[in-house]
Amino acid sequence: MSDVTLQADEHVHHPFLQHHFEDLGQQHEASTLGMWMFLATEILFFGGVLMAYWVYRVIYPEAWAVAGEQQNTLFGGINTLVLIVSSLTMACAVRAAQLGSRRGTVALLVATLFFGTVFLGIKSYEYHAHWQEGLFPGLHFTWNEDPQLAPKVQLFMVFYWGLTGLHAAHMVIGVGLLLWIISRAWRGHFGPEYYSPVEVMGLYWHFVDIVWIFLFPFLYLIPHFGVHHG
Amino acid sequence: MADAHAAPHQITPLRTYFVVFAALAIGTLLTWYASTINLGAFNTPIALVIATTKAVLVILFFMHVIHSSRLTWVVIIASFFWLAMLFVLTFADYLTRLWQIY
Repeated sequence: MSDVTLQADEHVHHPFLQHHFEDLGQQHEASTLGMWMFLATEILFFGGVLMAYWVYRVIYPEAWAVAGEQQNTLFGGINTLVLIVSSLTMACAVRAAQLGSRRGTVALLVATLFFGTVFLGIKSYEYHAHWQEGLFPGLHFTWNEDPQLAPKVQLFMVFYWGLTGLHAAHMVIGVGLLLWIISRAWRGHFGPEYYSPVEVMGLYWHFVDIVWIFLFPFLYLIPHFGVHHG
Repeated sequence: MADAHAAPHQITPLRTYFVVFAALAIGTLLTWYASTINLGAFNTPIALVIATTKAVLVILFFMHVIHSSRLTWVVIIASFFWLAMLFVLTFADYLTRLWQIY
């Protein structure tokens, strides 16, 4: 094979060092910066929807108050804690990769995958309950209390399903990415020199966690505090 | 091979991760507890402050931004600055014409 003679001329390259980078450090820097560029667009993407949510909360405080009472704060709270645990295991997975522990990286990534799936499971249970209560916006939306508030409560539900749906879609994508990173970690691709994919996976996962950190109070805890009595 | 780029990456001590995790869990319980008492106009700001604090902790420590390059900081600060403009300019409108009946 001619590869052998070729390699004799060149200095040894790390198998995952792309040729347009000088070294792995520069490549790592470019990867994380690129991910943050993407996350900047995500911040503005979620930010735009959240801002629309706040505008309508200011305009229809009474509807937001009664709609917020339809939420199960216990499930929302448990899910918040589940996501925080998954962020901890994700952060520890990056650390395990940095320390060159293949088994540790795989185990912690699988734990992250597990907690992410638990979150989606609890969320789908909530979705099912809301669906049965007729709280999905559209033809089958039912509101038996004050009929004047019905369209505005429905608007709250548009934001509830839209925001949590976008978040859940990001979780599903995250679960898919995790499966890929787990298979790479299993094959021993990562170590102290090269762990950028695990780090970038972590950035995405933590970002999705941050979105939920805001969605939980906005959609579950404080909608009914928009109305000031007396 | 004294490469400027190949500086050894910071490995965060496990202790830091667990302290941040504990702070996030406490913050979650705190924001839940605060929502069970009626503090009038203060409920919303309290929830916002707790959520923002939690987000900053995640960004700085879990996302390693505390050790990141200045360029990364510029990207992050710029994105939140843009988000702030979106909110400030929009609410400068909506909050100043509430006499309208919607």
